[in-house]
Amino acid sequence: MTGRTSRLLLGALAFGYAFLYVPILSMIVYSFNESRLVTVWAGFSLKWWGEFIRNEDMLEAAWLSFRIAVVNGFVATLLGASAGFALARYPRFAGRSIFSGLIAAPLVMPEVIMGIASLLLFVVLERLTGWPERGFTTIAIAHITFSAAFVAVIIQSRLADFDRSLEEAAMDLGARPFTVFRTVTLPLIAPALVSGWLLAFTLSMDDVILAQFTAGPQSQTLPMLVYSSVRLGVSPQINVLATIIVTVVGSAIVLAGWLMHRARRQRERDAHAAAQVT
Amino acid sequence: MNLPLRIGPQGQLWGRRLVIALPYVWLLLFFAAPFAIVAAISISETTLDTVPPVTPALSSTAYALLFEDALYPAAYLNSVRIAAIATAITLLIGYPMAYAIARAPAGWHGPLLMAVILPFWTSFLIRIYAWIGILSENGLLNQVLRGTGLVENPGSLLGTEWAIYLGICYAYLPFMVLPLYAALEKMDLSLLEAAADLGARPWRAFLTITLPLSVPGILGGCLLVFIPAVGEFVIPDLLGGTETLMIGKVLWDEFFLNSDWPVASAVAMLMLVILVVPIVFFQRARARELTKDQGAAG
Repeated sequence: MTGRTSRLLLGALAFGYAFLYVPILSMIVYSFNESRLVTVWAGFSLKWWGEFIRNEDMLEAAWLSFRIAVVNGFVATLLGASAGFALARYPRFAGRSIFSGLIAAPLVMPEVIMGIASLLLFVVLERLTGWPERGFTTIAIAHITFSAAFVAVIIQSRLADFDRSLEEAAMDLGARPFTVFRTVTLPLIAPALVSGWLLAFTLSMDDVILAQFTAGPQSQTLPMLVYSSVRLGVSPQINVLATIIVTVVGSAIVLAGWLMHRARRQRERDAHAAAQVT
Repeated sequence: MNLPLRIGPQGQLWGRRLVIALPYVWLLLFFAAPFAIVAAISISETTLDTVPPVTPALSSTAYALLFEDALYPAAYLNSVRIAAIATAITLLIGYPMAYAIARAPAGWHGPLLMAVILPFWTSFLIRIYAWIGILSENGLLNQVLRGTGLVENPGSLLGTEWAIYLGICYAYLPFMVLPLYAALEKMDLSLLEAAADLGARPWRAFLTITLPLSVPGILGGCLLVFIPAVGEFVIPDLLGGTETLMIGKVLWDEFFLNSDWPVASAVAMLMLVILVVPIVFFQRARARELTKDQGAAG
């Protein structure tokens, strides 16, 4: 690679990362602003942090979102992992192409379409059976349906580049299919299950459109609250929320990266030690 | 000892059935069935004094309205146009990034990709909100522009179509970079060396080797950005102006402001008709990519 090309590439990277991070950094800075105007700097102040902590609505909405996201994480991971497993391991079964279409469509389907479709289903179901009441349940079901597809993709691609000889070896040694699954397959796809859970959790915490359609009049998730307050105008409290989210997510990702790095180093050391013993 | 062995294959069969049926039934019930209901409501009649505001019927009123009122065709065309332009801009920004990451020293790939994905893990809504503060009349962008003295009185970008392009590009950039990176990273670099040995200039080698080999990544990335962008609601609502028509926003207003369920359903059905080709294309491309991977692993 010539020097000019690499300078160009470096420039492209710098531009791209600046584009991604300058807006986020500006939000963090202005959460400590004295002025109510998000765009004019009037000195350092923690007053918006104080107002944010005393904001009961915000806390209540955050708690509802968190509970939905946790439930969503578990159910979507169960459904998504099953779907991913079926797609990766069973090349032939009745209705397989429809099934894979049902997994692919939610990945790109505009959320307004899914929102209106889910709501109409819930309305019809409630008419016919009296269930479900709109609120926690309906939001969770809508979230599960679309985040399960994302989990399925993660599991499917993990299983696609998966060394099957390990399973075959266990099978040759007489292990039953379920034992093979539990002792070989499951530990190998465990990291993918964890990332699937986290992705499902995040998608749920983040969604405003599906929630807006499927929530009842009494329930308000955190994104719904943020959306309605943003529509009324910018508010430094949203900057405070943004700062908290960025800090939590950022440190979680750095921590996860560091743990993965350490686990890899440990494995390499183990492999080295094993090689010396034999 | 004999018993479990005889139950074994049977149990395996049931396990297999369960693994398929569980997500299948869920998706049929909560993803596929709703579309049948949307179709049914779209041919019903609006009756605002009932709850829900519809009566079952066999009426084409809602669809007729979509073709008679110029607002709807304009909104569909506008959405496709805006999504296409925004996708092109995202590709122009994402391609060099993905290329640079794929050609960076091996140990850097992980952290660099992580830095692209990290904003995606924070709130989408809040990231769009950030641009309101940047693009408004006295926002960060205009302060910088005034500070440099280049532009004396810059207008506000907020409320223009450019703000929407920017928002889509900003929100969907990771979806563009990841498939591009996957395609570029798999590439056999010895092909480029061979081209250089044969006297090809870097640009020519890029155009004749790298670019064609990255086509699957380009297609995947563009579909992942374009399809959801057509129906995007939050971005045009928060960053666009009142006169920017996008179909996702029209659907939202029909539903929440006008309570016209049949028209909102008809809008959704027509949007699906427009998107069904790219969605099928996307699904095929994904299935092909996965079988290829499996073939390589097996």
